[in-house]
Amino acid sequence: MSDTHAQTVRFVRESMLPEQEPPLAESGVLKWVRENLFSGWLNILLTVLSLAFIWFVLSHLLPWFLNSVWSAGSLSECREIRDEVFGPDASSACFAVITDRWHQLVFGFYPPEFYWRPIVALLLFLAAMAPVLFAGIPRKALWFSAAAPFLIYFVLWGGTIWGPLAVALGFVVGYATFVGLSRFNALLATLGAIVVPILYWLFVAGPLAGALASVLPIGLTFVPSDDFGGFQLSFIIGMAGILLSLPLGILLALGRQSNLFIINKTSVAFIEIIRGVPLIVWLFTASLLLNYFLPPGTNFDLMLRVIIMVTLFASAYIAEVVRGGLAALPKGQYEAADALGLDYWRSMRLIILPQALKISIPGIVNTFIGLFKDTTLVVFIGLLDPIGLSNAIRASTEWNGIYWELFVFIGLMFFICCFSMSRYSIYLENKLQREHR
Amino acid sequence: MKKTAFLGALTVSGLVAGAAAAATLEDVQERGNLNCGVSTGLPGFSAPNSAGEWEGFDVAVCRAVAAAVLGDPTAVEFVPTTGQTRFTALASGEIDMLSRNTTWTFSRDNDLKFEFVGVNYYDGQGFLVPKALGVTSAKDLDGATVCIQTGTTTELNLADFFRTNNMDYEPVPIETNAEAQQQYLAGACDVYTTDASGLAATRATFETPSDHVILPEIISKEPLGPLVRHGDNEWGDIARWTLNALIAAEEYGITSANIDELAEGTNNPEINRILGTEGNLGEMIGLDSDWAVRAIKAGGNYGELFERHIGESTPIGLARGLNAQWTEGGLLYSPPFR
Repeated sequence: MSDTHAQTVRFVRESMLPEQEPPLAESGVLKWVRENLFSGWLNILLTVLSLAFIWFVLSHLLPWFLNSVWSAGSLSECREIRDEVFGPDASSACFAVITDRWHQLVFGFYPPEFYWRPIVALLLFLAAMAPVLFAGIPRKALWFSAAAPFLIYFVLWGGTIWGPLAVALGFVVGYATFVGLSRFNALLATLGAIVVPILYWLFVAGPLAGALASVLPIGLTFVPSDDFGGFQLSFIIGMAGILLSLPLGILLALGRQSNLFIINKTSVAFIEIIRGVPLIVWLFTASLLLNYFLPPGTNFDLMLRVIIMVTLFASAYIAEVVRGGLAALPKGQYEAADALGLDYWRSMRLIILPQALKISIPGIVNTFIGLFKDTTLVVFIGLLDPIGLSNAIRASTEWNGIYWELFVFIGLMFFICCFSMSRYSIYLENKLQREHR
Repeated sequence: MKKTAFLGALTVSGLVAGAAAAATLEDVQERGNLNCGVSTGLPGFSAPNSAGEWEGFDVAVCRAVAAAVLGDPTAVEFVPTTGQTRFTALASGEIDMLSRNTTWTFSRDNDLKFEFVGVNYYDGQGFLVPKALGVTSAKDLDGATVCIQTGTTTELNLADFFRTNNMDYEPVPIETNAEAQQQYLAGACDVYTTDASGLAATRATFETPSDHVILPEIISKEPLGPLVRHGDNEWGDIARWTLNALIAAEEYGITSANIDELAEGTNNPEINRILGTEGNLGEMIGLDSDWAVRAIKAGGNYGELFERHIGESTPIGLARGLNAQWTEGGLLYSPPFR
């Protein structure tokens, strides 16, 4: 304390009082509880009701979970163990069915000695997605992403390595045609880039792969699509649908905005027809109707048919979501792009789509999550996805009568995937946030 | 590669379309495996075990045919089919035969253009009720709520039965057998009705099966059997006589245990003809003389298959009933092998 004040003021406190605890009711948990849960008669009532409800749910679920039996050979064994350990009337989950059959729920009928292949395929998939999803990874890694679909196909289905390579070569052929012809005429180049690879795939790719395979037989044991099942099947159908439907959906959205009459009307008709009919109808079309159109003896892989249908279905939805993003852009953006002298594709690629897609992210991810869960509909056409396998597992004499345990496990697997997608979408939205709100 | 194969197949399809209709036997032998349609899961009849191998009473018929035709009971590609997809799969040639607890009816045989090759299980629709309900006959069910699978013949049979007996009921529509078990146990319905074999399998899964009874009335005829397409009678004959061989084997006491001994020749000419040591029956259906030996060895004769998959020693615990040999008062009656 300075001397000046000592003359004028009679009493000055020279040291700070020690901090005191706030009154009990004004701090910590108690305050929070009082303010948030018991602040008025209505809140008190609601709190008590909610607590009663939570207690009711937990009192039924918790014993069921906590008393679960994890190793037994059949449902009746499960019940015997429960009777011994917890008493005859205890509520108890029999998760032994998951211990016994988890490999089927995850891999379907994939040969057990090759379980490493789907796992490698999953790792390849994650590695290929990383450069697409996260900007921090060097752009050169995108070349790996482009090659990944062929690699993943080879790892999952096996067979000779030359098949996927010969198909991949088609894209190189297409690009070479485009570059070669664009010296003469842009339209000719575009047409050539579409027609030549198709001719190549139809007539050259098959014999070429066959010839190469007979000269240098490198490959893995072939696993037919019939052996695919369980969560692996859902994942492959879902992810193939998601990855293929995004570019297709963007093209459709642009087509719908286009001034060119035929392109515009085709896109509108495609979107409206696909979107106006339930997915289950398209799946039945894929599995039943196509069989009547195709000549007898043609065995066009059912899984491929389903992937195509799911992709078309999702792309119609994506197109509408992207169209919402395109419509949300001010007209000035389009005009500015034109004023810069950019041609159509450049203005879309550099100006319009980056903004439109950013606006559409929540909608796109929403569609993807919906699509991924809709893959369980394939159970109705006899593909053994997790739901289909749960029926098959219940049909075995050991596990007949088991119900919720399988659904809990399947639900958990789907939740993990959908929740990560949703988290990624939030991350992406925050990263791309440019407005100052 | 798949796409290439498909598009290529489309181009040449016109040429092969005519030829593919007949000659299923050659197709199967060339392919080296039998495409057999089964249910996506029905207790005792078809279900994958934990190693992923299909097992069951319907599955065993597929294996017997594969053994007869290809010499290998494991050379079967099982195609799981649902109630909706089964007939298209067979009609389109995706599968060579369907062995999926399918009821033999007039319209399926004629309108859908299929050929039922026999009956491997005589079933009928029954009722399952809790004992506490105090009901002893289906005639006492007036006003009951009934759990019933939608879109099946059981739904129509139920309506017919209640109408002819002047009774009312309230249907509780359900989709799958597993759902029905839950609804029934939760008390959402008083009665569960489906095929009697299904009821027995369902009751066996309950914690206290003795608290529930299957009523004595069987209200419909459900002869379940394997079927093939119209238009290839040779193939149909192979499937029919493979099934008959299994049934006849039980009648004549040929089992998987004694078949090797009997195949060396016996003094019963019928057994000798079945097992190919006499006559040329195998040649007549386009196979070799050992075809029936292989079919029976695949899993045993009809009785052995029944006992292993759905019989009284299994949890499903079905009695032979109508499915006993004709000599035992049942309906199984194989035409003579001559």
